[in-house]
Amino acid sequence: MIKTDILIIGAGPVGLFTVFEAGLLKLRCHIIDALPMTGGQLAEIYPKKPIYDIPGYASVLAGDLIKKIEEQIAPFEPTYTLGERAETIETQEDGTFIVTTSKGTKHHAPVVAIAGGLGSFEPRKPPIPNLKKYEDKGVEYIIREPELYRDKKIIIAGGGDSALDWSIFLTEVAKEVTLVHRRTEFRGALDSVEKVQELVAEGRMKLLTNSEIKEIHGKNHVEAVTVKHKTEGNRKVEVDHFIPLFGLSPKLGPIGNWGFEIEKNAIKVDNATDYSTNIKGIFAIGDVNTYPGKLKLILCGFHEATIMVQSAYKIINPEAKKLVMKYTTVSGVTGFDGVKKEQKKAVIKKM
Amino acid sequence: MEENTIEIKITDREGIVHTVEAPTDMNMNLMEVIRSYELAPEGTVGICGGMAMCASCQCYVETPNLPLPEMSEEEEDMLDQAFYVEDNSRLGCQIYMKEELNGLQVTLAPESEVE
Repeated sequence: MIKTDILIIGAGPVGLFTVFEAGLLKLRCHIIDALPMTGGQLAEIYPKKPIYDIPGYASVLAGDLIKKIEEQIAPFEPTYTLGERAETIETQEDGTFIVTTSKGTKHHAPVVAIAGGLGSFEPRKPPIPNLKKYEDKGVEYIIREPELYRDKKIIIAGGGDSALDWSIFLTEVAKEVTLVHRRTEFRGALDSVEKVQELVAEGRMKLLTNSEIKEIHGKNHVEAVTVKHKTEGNRKVEVDHFIPLFGLSPKLGPIGNWGFEIEKNAIKVDNATDYSTNIKGIFAIGDVNTYPGKLKLILCGFHEATIMVQSAYKIINPEAKKLVMKYTTVSGVTGFDGVKKEQKKAVIKKM
Repeated sequence: MEENTIEIKITDREGIVHTVEAPTDMNMNLMEVIRSYELAPEGTVGICGGMAMCASCQCYVETPNLPLPEMSEEEEDMLDQAFYVEDNSRLGCQIYMKEELNGLQVTLAPESEVE
């Protein structure tokens, strides 16, 4: 069981920055995210896009902002459960919570901060009529265990980086790799596109462009797929596995069933006080919450996180005296490693 | 009609046709018009915020004679990754409300399924 003070769900900018504000109050944080990396939307959707409304930065790339926040929170030693989706929450008799992930990892904390953005990122499924029937029977949307494909015939669909990179990688493992793409252009990195061309030229990979997979065949497991070419009609390709890689899309998912008041796909919170939800001890901050006048902006999420940790402190330290807010400029920042960052004392030279 | 306003027809994902007025002087795009009239639930349209990075605002343009902005490479790339794409598919977030688009008619493409 992982124990912490504030369990944060969502490793986007707001979830990450919560670690800093909590750390100033000597509260420890653990973060869960369904993606295998930190950054949330900024990493998954637009890492190379500039953001212009972060105070102090005339322009900052989304990916760089995440790196900067990670650097800023490092003294507070956050811990992570990545690549696992927060699935269930159980309120304990003492009012604390146990959150269990999709892989069964359990987390125990007196306060939960949901910074889940638009939800967890899940693979997008192509509209193929009998697709569902073959899920985990030869159809996989995420490659978890490349060894599964050893000496198998596989067909990958998609035109982005993940489709290209996995096709390249799996030529080393699988018996046969076919990549299907709707157009002739790929939007992946140039290196990957060139590598694919090379492998195709060497006969180690088959490439079907201007094509789409329309149907899956097989009794209890994928045995073949129908590939439709724009102008040349249909053909059946014998395969053991079909891997559609069309990117991820966010979905509110299980947290939608945790008993919160939901409005417009977001969690209603009390913005007059501390962004608390209708469940005591659980807060919602950033894009995942809603209240009158809500703006889905990173900078608003930072504010919400800052306010929220004050209430979290009171829940975690019910006996404590009134909390006095300290300016970091005055008090410096002392990490959990004991290292203190503070202004250098001015050297005064006597005359 | 008011000044700086155009009329557009949007068919939602349930097949209901909405005739709405859209301002041309607010730098608004079609995705934002759809969201401001709440023609699709929050979180199902304009997920990326209008960066042509998600295709959740894909729509079919049914008035081929109106002068739509040319497709950027980014929009083309994104549509390339999307499902239910037709020859008249566009991303709503890339179509800005302008005088010459008065009478525009679009249908929202189906929402793509996620696991």
